[in-house]
Amino acid sequence: MTSTVLERPVGATVAAGRRARSRRWRRVVVVLVVALLAVTLLSLCVGERSYSPLDVLRVILGQDVPGASFTVGDLRLPRALTGVLVGVAFGMGGVMFQTMLRNVLASPDVIGISAGSSAAAVVAITVFGLSGATLSVVAVASGIGVAGLIYALSWRRGVHGTRLILIGIAIGAMLDSVISYAISRAGIYDVNEAMRWLTGSLNSAFWPVVQPLALALVVLVPLATILSRRLGALQLGDDASTALGVPADRSRLALLVVAVALVSVGTAAAGPIAFVAFLAGPIAHRLVRGAGPLLWPAALVGALLVLVGDFAGQHLLGLRFPVGVVTGVLGAPYLLWLLARSNRTGGSL
Amino acid sequence: MTLHAPAPAPAVPARGRSVSLRRRRLLGLVVCAVVLLVMVVASLAFGSRVVSWPDVVAGVLHPDPENIAQAAVHSRIPRTVLGLLVGAALGLAGAVMQGLTRNPLADPGILGVNAGASLFVVLGIAWLGLSSLEEYIWLAFAGAALAALLVYTIGSMGREGATPLKLALAGAATTAALGSMVSMVLLTRTDVLDTFRFWQVGSLGRADFAQIGEVVPFLLVGAVLAVASARGLDALALGDDLAVGLGQRTGLVRALGATAAVLLAGSATAIAGPIAFVGLVMPHLARTFTGPSHRWLLPYSAAFGAALLVGADVVGRIVTRPQDLEVGIMTALLGAPVFIAIIRRQKVREL
Repeated sequence: MTSTVLERPVGATVAAGRRARSRRWRRVVVVLVVALLAVTLLSLCVGERSYSPLDVLRVILGQDVPGASFTVGDLRLPRALTGVLVGVAFGMGGVMFQTMLRNVLASPDVIGISAGSSAAAVVAITVFGLSGATLSVVAVASGIGVAGLIYALSWRRGVHGTRLILIGIAIGAMLDSVISYAISRAGIYDVNEAMRWLTGSLNSAFWPVVQPLALALVVLVPLATILSRRLGALQLGDDASTALGVPADRSRLALLVVAVALVSVGTAAAGPIAFVAFLAGPIAHRLVRGAGPLLWPAALVGALLVLVGDFAGQHLLGLRFPVGVVTGVLGAPYLLWLLARSNRTGGSL
Repeated sequence: MTLHAPAPAPAVPARGRSVSLRRRRLLGLVVCAVVLLVMVVASLAFGSRVVSWPDVVAGVLHPDPENIAQAAVHSRIPRTVLGLLVGAALGLAGAVMQGLTRNPLADPGILGVNAGASLFVVLGIAWLGLSSLEEYIWLAFAGAALAALLVYTIGSMGREGATPLKLALAGAATTAALGSMVSMVLLTRTDVLDTFRFWQVGSLGRADFAQIGEVVPFLLVGAVLAVASARGLDALALGDDLAVGLGQRTGLVRALGATAAVLLAGSATAIAGPIAFVGLVMPHLARTFTGPSHRWLLPYSAAFGAALLVGADVVGRIVTRPQDLEVGIMTALLGAPVFIAIIRRQKVREL
């Protein structure tokens, strides 16, 4: 390595490396987008009654196709769109947490953020009988509230990532017991509805779910993209990032607010789909291999995970499983492997 | 970092410290005994039905089956006994785990041991058709042991060994992973969900003496092993090299301690369901009275654990009268703030 660098002018080598990296990054993004489009089309076409891609396209363009207009237009299209949007929200939110706290394991599902939304939702369903938009608002608000609580509790002359993670785990454990309690008290019919909030599912993803979700993402995604430039500096550590002109605490707070909002909005729409927020970052990292920012690749990977998981849960496993169960069971071994590996390498993405 | 080191402790002459330590241990003993007694009396006296004191006495000593108040008091006896046993077991298990891992955040709930037991119990109920404690207690042990082994192996990989952060994260991630497998089984089997969701909330309300009798042998063996490992745990606290230098067989101590912790936590979980934070909090409270020596710490942790669990159960019975608020909920609500306080007190480098 060093000898080749010394033989050539340093500037030229750096520029060439940078060009190669950005080419690689663009290639990864393009491949992911193509794969996402393919899976979306597949999930629109295939079902109990399958339609040709041409019929599906005509439905999307607004033409009236007998049968397909309802099945595809009113059932499959909102479901697929919700899947993509939720996946993007989880992927972005997750990778922001992981990069910001410099630990792969510090994803929102491990440190209690998703638990805030789920616990509130489960209590709202089983105790207060809420549903629909009110329920979503409650879920988002309490996800943000719990995150604020965790942040405030870990404040001691500044917030340190390690303390934030541990306190998040404690709060998460507390909320889990609240969830168990609410479920033990509910009628058995409510329980099935409440279980959705524990695993995540697209079964109630119709057009009324898509609209507020899309609206929220239109605001949050650009914000995340702008703010994520600060992530690179934060990754170098608090002192270094302050020296580079990125105030660590204030940046972390801003990033945290956006990331929490993304995760809570996603959770409100489809429940905490297990491990999507956790897995999207590491998978994107393996694809990109340091060639560029992880935010967008992670978002695309998240969307792919949700869509593929939902497709598998509906059509490939015999019984119909909600997407969260599929991603949870497939994700669990990967998570444990990642855990083992990240401990050996120090834990950051 | 962002934290400052606390002021160094004033140098105390060795003799003076040992006198004050002895006094503190004595004080701790008195506090323990009084609190335990109060909790046991409260547990017998308070519940969803309001009972007069003469009825409480009569209900314990020679209950008249015709008298509903006395019968109610009598039915609280197994519940109180179970609370004492499970609390002591969890306190002891927590103290042993904290000693073994040299880690202030070790707890059967945090480190995924409860989740392991849960998964195996669910699989037993769903696939093997088990329904009674004697049938699934072995599964609970197996699950607890496997989860403990997994979490510790994963958490101790890497250069700096098992730091509190790594262990806690490994435990939380394992809990999440096992939890999603539990969900998969439950979503396909509504009948299992209906049995399991009540077990999933740690509670003392389902106890009878026959069930208690089944776990007592396991608890006894676990307690004996824990006490036997006390001296070894003291040596381990100095680090492996020094412990070996002091003539301890560290492998044996670890095996003894781990078996004790799994037996204690596993049987407590099997009979009462997952109860978190008792094992975490009580050793810290006990340590303020006993100092770091495990020969003192272990029995005090057990006694405080018993008092906490019985006390939490009483509070849970009173606050939502006439329904119970299960003890597992109470300990989580009481324990998580203590956990957070411990984290806030630690220096970041030590996490």
